[in-house]
Amino acid sequence: MSDYEAVIGIETHVELMTRSKMFCGCPVAFGEAPNTTTCPVCLGLPGAMPVPNAEAIEGILKIGTALDCHVADTSYFHRKNYFYPDLPKNYQISQYDVPICHDGSISIDVDGAATRIGITRVHMEEDTGKSIHMGGGGRIHDAEYSLLDFNRSGVPLVEIVTEPDIRSAEQARVYGAELQRIVRTLGVSDARLEEGSMRFDANISVRPTGSEVLGTRAEIKNVNSLRSLQRAVAFEIARQIELIESGGTVVQETRHWNEESGTTTSMRSKEESEDYRYFQEPDLVPIEVSAEWRDAVVAALPELPAAQRARYQALGVDARVAGVLVATDELGALFEEAMAAGGDPRLIGNWLSGEAVAWSRAEGVEVGASPVTASHLVELAAMVADATLSASAAKQVLTGVLGGEGSPAEVAEARDLVQISDQGVIAAAVDEVLAAHPDAVDGIRGGDMKPIGFLVGQVMRATGGKADPKQVQQLIRDKTTG
Amino acid sequence: MTDPADLTIKAAGAAMRAGELTSVDLTEAVLDRARITESHLHAFLTLDQDGAKAAAAAADAALTGGADAGPLHGIPIALKDNMCTKGIETTASSQILSGWIPPYNATVVDRLGAAGAVVVGKTNLDEFAMGSSTENSAYGTTRNPWDPETVPGGSSGGSAAAVAVGSALGAFGSDTGGSIRQPAALCGVVGMKPTYGLVSRYGLIAFASSLDQIGPFARSVEDAAVLLEAIAGFDIHDATSIRGDVPNIRGSLHDGVAGLKVGIVTELSTTGIDAEVRAAVDQTVDGLSNAGAEVVDVSLPSCEYGLSAYYLIAPAECSANLARFDGVRFGLRAEGATTEEMMAATRAEGFGPEVIRRILLGTYALSAGYYDAFYGQAQRVRTLIRREFAAAYEDVDVLVAPTSPTTAFPVGERAADPIAMYYSDVCTIPVNLTGDPAISVPVALDSKGLPIGFQVMAPALGEERLFQVAQTVEDIAGFTARAGLASSEVLQP
Repeated sequence: MSDYEAVIGIETHVELMTRSKMFCGCPVAFGEAPNTTTCPVCLGLPGAMPVPNAEAIEGILKIGTALDCHVADTSYFHRKNYFYPDLPKNYQISQYDVPICHDGSISIDVDGAATRIGITRVHMEEDTGKSIHMGGGGRIHDAEYSLLDFNRSGVPLVEIVTEPDIRSAEQARVYGAELQRIVRTLGVSDARLEEGSMRFDANISVRPTGSEVLGTRAEIKNVNSLRSLQRAVAFEIARQIELIESGGTVVQETRHWNEESGTTTSMRSKEESEDYRYFQEPDLVPIEVSAEWRDAVVAALPELPAAQRARYQALGVDARVAGVLVATDELGALFEEAMAAGGDPRLIGNWLSGEAVAWSRAEGVEVGASPVTASHLVELAAMVADATLSASAAKQVLTGVLGGEGSPAEVAEARDLVQISDQGVIAAAVDEVLAAHPDAVDGIRGGDMKPIGFLVGQVMRATGGKADPKQVQQLIRDKTTG
Repeated sequence: MTDPADLTIKAAGAAMRAGELTSVDLTEAVLDRARITESHLHAFLTLDQDGAKAAAAAADAALTGGADAGPLHGIPIALKDNMCTKGIETTASSQILSGWIPPYNATVVDRLGAAGAVVVGKTNLDEFAMGSSTENSAYGTTRNPWDPETVPGGSSGGSAAAVAVGSALGAFGSDTGGSIRQPAALCGVVGMKPTYGLVSRYGLIAFASSLDQIGPFARSVEDAAVLLEAIAGFDIHDATSIRGDVPNIRGSLHDGVAGLKVGIVTELSTTGIDAEVRAAVDQTVDGLSNAGAEVVDVSLPSCEYGLSAYYLIAPAECSANLARFDGVRFGLRAEGATTEEMMAATRAEGFGPEVIRRILLGTYALSAGYYDAFYGQAQRVRTLIRREFAAAYEDVDVLVAPTSPTTAFPVGERAADPIAMYYSDVCTIPVNLTGDPAISVPVALDSKGLPIGFQVMAPALGEERLFQVAQTVEDIAGFTARAGLASSEVLQP
C-alpha cells in the first residue's frame, strides 16, 4: 500500500440557516409538510424572479473569512443549466468563474501533525428540492413514481472546494470535522450530515508515491457522516490501488457510497457528463462587497476552533483534550463556564474528555443532559486541591454526580471517599504495611526504590483509597530511608 | 358624439370627472368594440368581460365617493398575455401553458390595479414573445386593423391592434427586440420601450431577461406617458429594477425641440428601408428642424452587427428561461415512460417551431467550445454598441430612425423565412442591447394606406426628453387617421 499515494479533494455543500431562502421570502424550515414553504420564485413559476438574500451573503462571507479566503469585491451569479425534476427552473443559480470567496486554507491536525489544506473557492448557490422515489429501492431509475418536495428548493447553499491536498482517509475525516465545527461556531448552519444540511463529495485518485502526475479520479457521493467519509475514502483508495495492481485502469466516474455494504458503486461515467452551459444570470446584478462590509464581518467573527484549542492548551490542557472539548458543544460550554468560575483547567478538561465522555457512552446519555454543572466541576477540583479527595476518588465522585447522586460533597460523603486527613491514622497504616513487608523495606534501604509503588498501593488498599497517595509515599520514604 | 371607445385616456378621464361618462359606459363601449372586431382581428386571447365590468363599477363607485386614483382611474386597458394575472389564464400564446392560471399578479398588474385601471383582457402575441408578426401564436394570428390581410407586427401584435381598433384605450406589451415599437408602427399607434430596469419585470414571463422590458401602447404620446407613469419605479421583487427616483416623464412634454440636437442614425435609416418609410422619416426630421431642432447625421457602425448579436443573446437567455416548462409543476404534461421522456415529449408537443428554433440556437450558442465564438462574441458586440450610443449622446440629445423598415406586410409573407422575419426588428434591436428608452410615433400613411412609425431614442433614464421630442413629432405629423376597422362604416351592423 505504501507504494501509492492518495490525492483527495473534497467539495462540501452547507445549507445556511437564514430566516428566508436565497432568492425569495419563504422561510428556511425543516420538517414542514411537503410543499408548504414555497412561492412562485422557489417553485420556478413563469415570470417569477430571484432577489438575493443579504443574510446569506453575510453567511458565506463569514465562512470565507474563517477559511482565510480572499473576498472578491465583485462576483457574479451564473445559471448552471441541467434538467432534473427537483430543480424547478431546470437551472441552478450558482457562481462560476468569479466566486465570492477564493484562495483560502484550513489547518488540520492528524496525530500531532499539522497539515494545510488549500481552499480553492467558496461560492454561493441555491439548493434543489427533494425527490422521493417510490418503489425500486428508492433509486430514480427503478422507481415506479417520484414525489417532489420543494420546501428545500432555494435554501441558501454554500459550496466549499478544497485543493487536492488531502492524502488519507483520516485526514479527510478530520478536515470534514473541522469544517463542520467552523461552520457551527460561526452559527450559519447546523451542519448536520445525517439531515443533509452538510454534504460531502470526495474526489479521489491514487498515484505511485513520489509521482507528480495526478491519477484518474473518481467522485464519491452519498456520504452521510464523518465516519462514512473516512470509510468511503479508505474503500475507494484501496479499490483503486487494487485495480491498478491487478492491471486495470481507474475510470473517471461518479461513484455512489453504499453505507450497508461499505463499498462504492459506479453511478455514471464522465463521458455522459453534462455541459452545464454556464452564463451570467441576467435576472441578478453582480454581488458587490464593500471594504466596510468585509471589515465588519472580520470584526464580528467569533473565536474559531483552532484559536479555541490553542487557548485551552495555553491553560495547560492537553492537545487531545482540547480537541475533544472544542469538538463537542456541551463539553466546551461546561468547560468555559467552569473556567469562568475559576476551576482547574487541566483537571476539569481531563474529566470532561475522559470520565464524562466514557460515562456518556456507557449510559447513552449526553453529558449536557446529565445533572452535572460547571459549579460541580469547580467544587470537585477544589476538593482535589485541598486534598479532600484523591484524584482517583474524584473520578468516582464525578461519575456519581453524572448519575444524579447529588453534589460532589454529597457523593463523596455517601460513597465514603473523603480522604483521611488524620496524620496519625495514615502513619499507623504505613507502619502496618511496612511491618508486613520486611523484604520490600530491606530492598529500599539497599537502594532499590521500585517497591515504593507497591507499598503505596498496599497502604491505599488498607485505607480504602482514602489516604493521600503523595503523603503516603513521603511517609514510606521517610520511614525506610530516614 | 365620439364613441367613448375612440377617446384618448386623457379625454375619457376628463369626461368621467365632468360627469359626462362613467367607467361602466366606457368599458361597455370598449367591450362592444371588441365583440364587433374580434372576429376580424383576434387581438385577444381572453376577454374578461365580467371582471372588467365589475372593476369599472367599482371605479365609478370610488370616484363618486371621492377616491380618485389618478389619470388611469376607470380606464379600460389590455395586457399582453405574457404578464401574470392572478386568476386569469395566462399562456404567452403557447400550448405549453394552455389553461395555466397564475397564482400571483405581475408587479405591473398590481400597480395598474392600484392606479384604478380596468383590465379588459389578455392580448395575443407571438409565442413567448418570439416573433415580429403575431403569426407565431399557438392560438391563431392577429390581423392588422388597417388591413386584415396584413400582420399587426409583433410580438405584442394583440395589444397594438386592440388599441388601434378601440378595444382598449391603452395597452401594455413587452419589448425585447422591438416587440412594442414595431407593432405600434405597423398599427398606427404610439408604443414605447422604457429604460431597462425602469419597469419591473416581475411576473412577466421571461423571453430574454437582459433585454425584456414592459411598456405602453396608446393613441397619443401623452397617454403613453400616463400609462408609463403608472407602472414605473423600483420593485423589490426585481433585482434589476432601478432604485431611485422615477424620471419626470411628463415634465416637459410640451416644451418643443428648439435648441435640442437630434441625430439621425445613418445605419438604421438607409439600407434596406422602404422608400416610403424613408420619405416619411425625412419629412418628420424636416419638421423637427423647422421646429428649432438642430439635426445631424450620426453613424453608429456597430449597429450593423446588432441583429446578429441579438439573435445569439436572446436565444441563449431564452434557452434557460424556457427550461422550466417541463411538465413537472404546471401547464401541459405529455406522456412518457420515464421522467426524461415525459419532459422531452411535453416540450416537443408544447412549444411551437419558432420557440424550438430559438431554444436550439441558444443552447448551441452557450455550449462548451462554442460559447466564446457565439455568446461571448455577441456580448462583446453589445458592449461596442453601448459605447457607440453613449458616445453619440455626448453630442446629441436624442437619436431618431424609422421604427420598422417596412409597413405592415401580408400575413404569411415572411412566415416561412425566419431571416426575413428577423430583419423586421433591425431598427428597434439596438436600444434593447443598450438598455436605452425609445418610442414609436405614427407619422404618416404609405400609398397602401398603412401607417408608418417614427422612432425616437434617448439615453438611459432620458424619458423626459424622449417624450418631449415624441410629443413634438406627434404635433408636427398631425396623424389623426384611424384604422379601417375602427371606422364607423365597418362598425355599423
